Amino acid sequence: MHNKTLVELSQQLLSGSVSSVELTQHFLDRINTLDPQLNSFISVTDELALAQAKQADAIIAAGTAGPLTGIPIAHKDIFCTKGVRTSAGSKMLDNFISPYDATVVEKLNAAGTVTLGKTNMDEFAMGSSNETSFYGAVKNPWNTDYVPGGSSGGSAASVAARLAPAATGTDTGGSIRQPASLCGITGLKPTYGSISRWGMIAFASSLDQAGPMTQTAEDAALLMNAMGGFDRKDSTSLDRATPDYTSDLNNSLEGLKVGLPKEFFKEGLDSGVQQVVETAIKEIEKLGASVKEISLTTTELAVPAYYVIAPAEASSNLSRFDGVRYGYRCEDPKNLDDLYERSRSEGFGDEVQRRILIGAYALSAGYYDAYYVKAQKTRRLIKNDFDNAFSDVDIIMGPTAPSAGFTLGEKADDPVSMYLSDIYTIAVNLAGLPALSVPAGFSAGLPVGLQMIGSHFSENRLLNVAHQFQQATDWHKHTPDAFTK
Amino acid sequence: MAWETVIGLEIHVQLSTQSKIFSGSATTFGAEPNTQASLVDLGMPGVLPVLNADAVKKAITFGVAIDANINQKSDFARKNYFYPDLPKGYQISQLDLPIVGEGHLDITLEDGTVKRVGVTRAHLEEDAGKSLHEDYHGMTGIDLNRAGTPLLEIVSEPDMRSAEEAIAYVKTIHSLIQYLGISDGNMAEGSMRCDINISLRPTGQEEYGTRTETKNVNSFRFIEKAIRGEVIRQMDELEAGNKINQETRLYDSNKDETRPMRSKEEANDYRYFPDPDLLPVITTDEFIQGIKDALPELPWQKLERFQTEYELKEYDARVLTASKTLANYFETVVTTSGAKAKLAANWVTSELLGALNKSNTDIQQSPVSAEEFGGLLKRIADETITGKSAKTVFEAMLNGEGGADEIIKAKDLEQEKDSGAIEALVDEVIAANPDQVAKFLEAEDSKKKRFIGFFVGQIMKASKGKANPQQVNQLLAQKLK
Amino acid sequence: MALDKGEITKIAKLARLTINDEKIPEYTASLSSILDLVEQLQAVDTNNIEPMAHPLDATQRLREDAVTETNQRDDYQKIAPATEDGLYLVPKVID
Repeated sequence: MHNKTLVELSQQLLSGSVSSVELTQHFLDRINTLDPQLNSFISVTDELALAQAKQADAIIAAGTAGPLTGIPIAHKDIFCTKGVRTSAGSKMLDNFISPYDATVVEKLNAAGTVTLGKTNMDEFAMGSSNETSFYGAVKNPWNTDYVPGGSSGGSAASVAARLAPAATGTDTGGSIRQPASLCGITGLKPTYGSISRWGMIAFASSLDQAGPMTQTAEDAALLMNAMGGFDRKDSTSLDRATPDYTSDLNNSLEGLKVGLPKEFFKEGLDSGVQQVVETAIKEIEKLGASVKEISLTTTELAVPAYYVIAPAEASSNLSRFDGVRYGYRCEDPKNLDDLYERSRSEGFGDEVQRRILIGAYALSAGYYDAYYVKAQKTRRLIKNDFDNAFSDVDIIMGPTAPSAGFTLGEKADDPVSMYLSDIYTIAVNLAGLPALSVPAGFSAGLPVGLQMIGSHFSENRLLNVAHQFQQATDWHKHTPDAFTK
Repeated sequence: MAWETVIGLEIHVQLSTQSKIFSGSATTFGAEPNTQASLVDLGMPGVLPVLNADAVKKAITFGVAIDANINQKSDFARKNYFYPDLPKGYQISQLDLPIVGEGHLDITLEDGTVKRVGVTRAHLEEDAGKSLHEDYHGMTGIDLNRAGTPLLEIVSEPDMRSAEEAIAYVKTIHSLIQYLGISDGNMAEGSMRCDINISLRPTGQEEYGTRTETKNVNSFRFIEKAIRGEVIRQMDELEAGNKINQETRLYDSNKDETRPMRSKEEANDYRYFPDPDLLPVITTDEFIQGIKDALPELPWQKLERFQTEYELKEYDARVLTASKTLANYFETVVTTSGAKAKLAANWVTSELLGALNKSNTDIQQSPVSAEEFGGLLKRIADETITGKSAKTVFEAMLNGEGGADEIIKAKDLEQEKDSGAIEALVDEVIAANPDQVAKFLEAEDSKKKRFIGFFVGQIMKASKGKANPQQVNQLLAQKLK
Repeated sequence: MALDKGEITKIAKLARLTINDEKIPEYTASLSSILDLVEQLQAVDTNNIEPMAHPLDATQRLREDAVTETNQRDDYQKIAPATEDGLYLVPKVID
């Protein structure tokens, strides 16, 4: 049952061959028995899940069910969930019971999904390995010596291990796509502004975007239909008609123009990964696409620009955590500054503090122009680079991550080498583009993702190409041995 | 040495919107602590701001009224600093592209001279909450009801040269924002607060001296006192050969002096950057034109109209148009009473304002409404009562004894118009004062007037103020020949 | 570009963080290496390029001025570390 896609589970629920309560209990049981190996959940919300499942069964019985009614899913612990601890993977919010629902949670609840729990993540989504979580590292279900990627590592691992049929994630510099690649699942980061950020704990506001993490592109489209859309509570939410994300899945790829940036295939890329990606692209050619080499000359500027902009925004976004109105407060503060400094230093982990410091530095008097403004200008060059590319090709493809993964602790002491593991994903966030990662094969036993990048609002095309690829291949159906049963 | 004072003002005006600038919380003053603090106002994780349309409209209204350049593209920036009344650890404000650009305002000084003061800019921002320093076991209490109230910060050029000029500027702004209906201007409730930048320079020197900023002064009187005190302090320092520290100071109204602010001592680095949660605000020409077209009558326009339409002297017109409430009061009195504008102006400026002044209230709290006051003047105009009786009636009205007609009836103050009755009184008084009659008859023409005054006074007294003075005068003129 | 201890301490103060002395070397090393990474930007020609603050070229939507929030103080203060009489408590604030 747990290997089924959302589409398949939905059919079973609607046909009555399984109830939502049964389905939910099945996944809760799997989480309880299997998750100790992975640590992919921070909170498991059994009671809430079963109550929602019961309600869903009533809706199904009443004949008013939609395609997601009764489907259990997991939420990244960055989405505020009313009455449930929402920690963002931080000690700072270990005691934070959210008084409200994020729009994403509210919309998925309204669509009838069942919340299994909240998944583990890098602290405040700052990380590419899920090792910065206050709740401990998450392990990659394909090989538990390896990281699952990050920051949505818990969501990726739980879907890969079939502890949840699907999960929500957020992507600021690759945080959906890179763990999806490392765990062998499908992950979509939509166009900036497509999904409301209300209730999603902010890391870098101009880069953060929520998205679905699923087994298949078709499932991602189904979740997008529920998650996406205009929200008046978010000024950066786009006021445009929500498309039906499933409508173009079956289009032919005949005539599709694919661009391969040569900068994505040079040194630094693991040869095993390169092979998998090249084979996958050949498969897409077979489906009717034409492929050409292009150049994205700004590729190497993305990581440096990002590590000014993201920390700058984060340093400000995280100022609200001050021990006054919610969250962690140090013991017995001697004065106001002591309250601030100890609450924050004790409540935040090292990586978060590092990024706050970098951000504060980049914005401080005397450095603002040299760092922040320079990075914002570079950001425009990066966007222009993509705009040019998309005047020539329909879609850009390449690896999602430079390697199939790394072991726990391998990069923990070297932030810069960790940052460079997002080299292919970060530019997409700077430009606000949609991109997804699909399972494309294996290298040394670890899954490898193929990244597809589109122009603004081209989600339907990305999902179409990914779906057609998944119709022709079965990489997305592979599951790690230890979690197959 | 002779010193010249240089003053620039930053005035924070709370805009009178229903809801906050970035959230749907109410902005009502005086609510129970934190009952008007929503998720957004509390800076909860994951919340986002959405800009209030009316705050934008009110800011532009101000800009249009001071002939300012309205920036068709403006944006919001975060000003980062830690303070417990600032929930997010940053204030959303405007830096590079304020909504209102350069403009100017003409102020009139006591001696009638007009001076133009430059306005550098006016930008939108959110207000902070309040720290309550009453002792909570050695702790401070934080109330975030005020957090997120829309503010318009109006920054002047350093164009003022004395406390008088500064006060005239502040009063002009205070009057203007109420005319425009963009703020209630209630200074006691903090709806308008001033930061005062003061520096001194040797007279004749072009470059500015080092300035201090005195924060959060919120009454006309305190602004004046704070400026005078700070000017003297700086002068003493400079005369003693000391330097002025560029610093933030607080005005202590109990001690009537300014002192350095302890919490702001360390140099702050606000790390401004564009707020990524908010997009650029674009205002179209049509929108701005619409606001221009809908602009209410401005104080200086009303001042002119009062002089032409009502034929008032400039001084009276200035007094009556100093506040929109007073001007409206006056116009209501004129229309409800049917009295001559001059009579209404006299009564409003001397009797009403005198009484309000005595009881230390302002026109907004007047115990006698404009309609009631008009009712009184109506009875003077139609000669139901004499001016003298009217003062008695007004006093009774102030005491809450009822409307004019009611009091006139109760106190039996209706003017005596029966000429027979008045004649009897005149005869009586003439008969009772033969000496005065004799003196009157002997007096030179130029001095006769004085004696007439005596007889009128006696007759009015005998009539309890009810006799028509004109009739009395006529009869006296006939009989004292 | 290398950051020294003084600079780290100064930024930490701005950000209201305390960095323990024994952690300073680790922070100076990692922050300096991040700044080295970022330093690559200095070589980029950005003449006549407008800074880009938002990924999309959209403009601010305005909200109608209406009160939509109700008093939820009790709920919101349930998760507060210290309150009294509806106020959030902090160590004494000195102006």
